[in-house]
Amino acid sequence: MSRSQEFLHGCRDILPLILGAIPFGIIFGTLAVAAGLSPLQAMGMSALVFAGSAQFIAITLLGGGVGAAVVLLTTFVVNLRHALYSAALQPFVRHLPGRWRVPLAFWLTDEAFAVVQHRYARDDASPYKHWFFLGAALTMYLSWQVSTLIGVIFGQAVPNVAAWGLDFAMIATFIGIAVPMMRSCPQVASAVVAGLVALATWSLPYKLGLLAAALAGIVVGVWLERRAERALAGEDRA
Amino acid sequence: MSLWLLILGMLAITFMTRFSFFAWPDLRFARAVEQGLHYVPVAVLTAIVVPGMLMPEGELWLDWRNAYLLAGALAIVVAALTRHLLATIALGLLSFFVLRWALGQLPL
Repeated sequence: MSRSQEFLHGCRDILPLILGAIPFGIIFGTLAVAAGLSPLQAMGMSALVFAGSAQFIAITLLGGGVGAAVVLLTTFVVNLRHALYSAALQPFVRHLPGRWRVPLAFWLTDEAFAVVQHRYARDDASPYKHWFFLGAALTMYLSWQVSTLIGVIFGQAVPNVAAWGLDFAMIATFIGIAVPMMRSCPQVASAVVAGLVALATWSLPYKLGLLAAALAGIVVGVWLERRAERALAGEDRA
Repeated sequence: MSLWLLILGMLAITFMTRFSFFAWPDLRFARAVEQGLHYVPVAVLTAIVVPGMLMPEGELWLDWRNAYLLAGALAIVVAALTRHLLATIALGLLSFFVLRWALGQLPL
């Protein structure tokens, strides 16, 4: 396939995922205005950060009067999964020059990763698969900006939008992402521990409880996974 | 102004995690770190969701009038059964607003 064909296929293949992201972007724009960001700041966050869950959490935390250091630390924790995506795609982009790797990394979202990984997995020898990556990533980026703008306009038009409880959209979204991931016993245990610790540490200042809860969940998950591995290895020997 | 600095900080941190392995072609994770990373999404998201459902106003609210709790529980069931993100968001939000409306909690 030619460069432009790869590009257009990338644009096309990410469309179903964009349908899911558009309401998310609209709600982000609405909530950002409700949380006290100016329309320009709300748009700027979508244009520069371009990370849905981190943006949601940032405005929720800002609404709760939390300091910048905690917002940044939370951004880091929430975005750590992108390092996994980066690692998974590394073998396919390592040959590209920096002028490709930098923008592709900037546009590496959950949605783009899902379709791009699929494209690289197909075993045709197309030398232009990074054009597919670019098409998918750019389409995602543009739709995120447009949906944020719609949300910002909506947020300004509807009075008292903060009292509607739109923050539940974030809760529903996170449930939709997290629950299907809980396929193993360590994953479920990790979630239960993180949830309980989050409740118990809620009153800690600067939402430090969130970080304590995440850490506790991760430690329990890894511990159980390793214990299961050891048990399995023991059975093999027996 | 400080909000713009915060946005730039978020940009730097987000880009750093995404660019990490693209920047260093020979970088590899230690096994423990890789294992830990697999639990990050579930642990972080649950740590946000559970207090959001049980203490939406900042205090424990175990009551059938807590729409965050009821609609959240429904969303969990939908997510577990369908594994479909959009269906979970749509049904969760729909039930949330119907409940809030029925309980007279919407500013109408």
